[in-house]
Amino acid sequence: MNETAMSNFEIVAREDFSGVTYLLEVRHPLMAKAARPGQFVIVMLNEQGERIPLTIADFDRKRGTITLVIQAVGKTTKQMQQECQAGTSLYGMVGPMGIPSPLSHAKKVMCVGGGLGVAPIFPQARGFKEAGAYVIAVLGFRNKELVFWEDKFRACCDELILCTNDGSAGMKGMITDGIKVALAEHPDIQEVIAIGPPVMMKACADATRPYKIKTMVSVNPIMVDGTGMCGGCRIKVGDQVKFACVDGPDFDGHLVDFDDLMQRLQRFANEEKTAHERWSESCRMSGQAGPAVARGQ
Amino acid sequence: MREQDARERARNFEEVACGYGIEDALRESGRCLLCPDEPCIAGCPVGIDIPGFIQKIGEKNFRGAYDILTGTNLLPSICGRVCPQENQCEGVCTVGDTLEAVAIGRLERFVGDTAIQEGWINIPYIEPNRFRVGIVGSGPAGMACAADMAKAGCDVTVYEAFHQPGGVLRYGIPDFRLPNAVIDAEIDNLKKFGVKFECNTLVGRLFTIEQMIDEMGFHAIFVGVGAGYPTMLNIPGDSLNGVLSANELLTRCNLMRARDFPNFDTPLPIGKRVAVVGAGNTAMDAMRVSIRLGAEKVYCIYRRSRTEAPARAEEVHHAEQEGVEFHWLTNPVAVLGDDHGSVRGMRCVRMELGEPDDSGRRRPIPVAGSEFDFEADLIVYAIGTNANPIMGQTSKLKLNQWGYIHTDENLATSVAGVYAGGDIVTGAATVIEAMGAGRKAARSMKTYLGIRDSTLPYLGAEEDGAGTFFGIDTRERNFARVRVALT
Repeated sequence: MNETAMSNFEIVAREDFSGVTYLLEVRHPLMAKAARPGQFVIVMLNEQGERIPLTIADFDRKRGTITLVIQAVGKTTKQMQQECQAGTSLYGMVGPMGIPSPLSHAKKVMCVGGGLGVAPIFPQARGFKEAGAYVIAVLGFRNKELVFWEDKFRACCDELILCTNDGSAGMKGMITDGIKVALAEHPDIQEVIAIGPPVMMKACADATRPYKIKTMVSVNPIMVDGTGMCGGCRIKVGDQVKFACVDGPDFDGHLVDFDDLMQRLQRFANEEKTAHERWSESCRMSGQAGPAVARGQ
Repeated sequence: MREQDARERARNFEEVACGYGIEDALRESGRCLLCPDEPCIAGCPVGIDIPGFIQKIGEKNFRGAYDILTGTNLLPSICGRVCPQENQCEGVCTVGDTLEAVAIGRLERFVGDTAIQEGWINIPYIEPNRFRVGIVGSGPAGMACAADMAKAGCDVTVYEAFHQPGGVLRYGIPDFRLPNAVIDAEIDNLKKFGVKFECNTLVGRLFTIEQMIDEMGFHAIFVGVGAGYPTMLNIPGDSLNGVLSANELLTRCNLMRARDFPNFDTPLPIGKRVAVVGAGNTAMDAMRVSIRLGAEKVYCIYRRSRTEAPARAEEVHHAEQEGVEFHWLTNPVAVLGDDHGSVRGMRCVRMELGEPDDSGRRRPIPVAGSEFDFEADLIVYAIGTNANPIMGQTSKLKLNQWGYIHTDENLATSVAGVYAGGDIVTGAATVIEAMGAGRKAARSMKTYLGIRDSTLPYLGAEEDGAGTFFGIDTRERNFARVRVALT
């Protein structure tokens, strides 16, 4: 083992699910071997870049790759969308970080993914299935154009409930409507895992609270180091303060203070706006898609 | 020593202390008495031959001074800048009994910087042995251990979780105290010794310590992962936007170059009125960084008095010169927020000193009815750190009740072949103590691996215990080469 040096973070495959959501498969055999459901990486696009956390959406131990599914919402993720093609490399990627999801011995579980949350919920659903549980997947998207990985879930789950806000695919409704349908059909669900934007995870936790079903969520605060030394990712869980990067990222959804999480996610809103405006401006000025620097070329 | 003018340097991240020129160095080295006691050597945590290198400076043999320094300390440009010399070598200097102590730290820095400038490097031929050594963490403890093990002929790999090596030297200590260029130069020297640095590697998660020994072929490991988990005050308002730990501020500013936002992508919260809670070196760094980032007012809030402040005297002095307002005997009670969830101020209470507590320092007691509010838009906590939890979560290493790694007097952990040192063992301390620990662990690791220093002559039959011959246990099976001094 260890005959080669560490990965050079080469991207071996790229897929676009929509104009906003894209997939990168990165070669890192050691990380593919070590990755477990629920863990994440911290990525830097280039030497001037920021460190951003991205959940590991899939890992392939045979191919030696890990997969990230990313939504282009701000400067870094939009720049990555432009520059990261198969054959290019990231500047840095460290992981797998975080405590792996505690895949319990629950016999029947519901895995809920909202929007981009569909990607990180996949390895958890697969993990439970491999552990012998009956897995019901509930996936929510805004509309049909944004749907991805439906086949992947159908292949590894016992049931799939697909919801779109406008009804263009699956049932019409919010993710919480899908949850209600599942709970009505299966009153014996023992555990729920919900991943998605904080407002969605909060709604899911509220939906399961009356049924007193254990609900795990995966929080997504701003991070810098990801190794537990800056406290930037601190979360209120019950009456304690935890660091999402080393104490999480999975926590009991009925104890997480989502309002606090959402408020703290806004703390660089001004700087994000500045960076985004600058980026858009540089794209406009250079005519098309900004300075596309393919690494290593 | 020449320093940048306080007003001017508070606008830039250039080094504050400009360093000695040759004449300064010659003049200062002439003050050393080369006294027979040599208390300075005992005062140095790594035992540098201080009179030795100072004498060489006096002879204008700067290369010779560098040779002596690097015999014990491979990182003189770093130590010369960040050691608390006033508590170590300079604190016990004989000259310091009556006059000002010899400026040993500045002389060390002079030699180290000259070496970098001239490109000097001392790499003797080292016979490689078959041992692979893994170092977890590229901070001062790991670097010092790596240097010693490489000099002993081992194949050394240093693993670092960040994308750049250096640990706290890089992310924690700002450029105006320790320039990144100096760190890079010292790391390059280590690479010339054959030390390999692998960044973007989170040991414990990417692979475990146990895997390093069982599967990856390492024979011995040193763990120097530090104790960076920041302590929060746990007062109301802790999680408002605009409250952050000093570690977060410094990491964003130093490692991620956030002060050059938006040329560098990482943002930094900018405050016009910044309150830093704490009075250690980290707090001083946070305050002085805030001034350079353009704050109009920077306050130091500390619950004890100035004499109890843990920071280096020089750092407090520099901070004062740069305009930090010190509020001693003041304790935070709550962080006050506005309607948008951001910080608008702080509520504090005045303290007075009572009886000494366990640490020997007088315990501060709140003065009833003395609460007051003041305006601030950025609050930085620099009140201490705890052990990094990842090693404890991912290995069988025995920890103590506070979460630090338990070691014996040789820095051996509970797992055979694994040694630990620095903050992860002792709790937050200094760079030079971490280096001392790295060197001490290296000595233990060499003993464990059976590597002997064949340049040291064997001196006395009186030291032989029963069943030993030339100081070696007769039951041991080896081909150790012994050099016997004939008298």
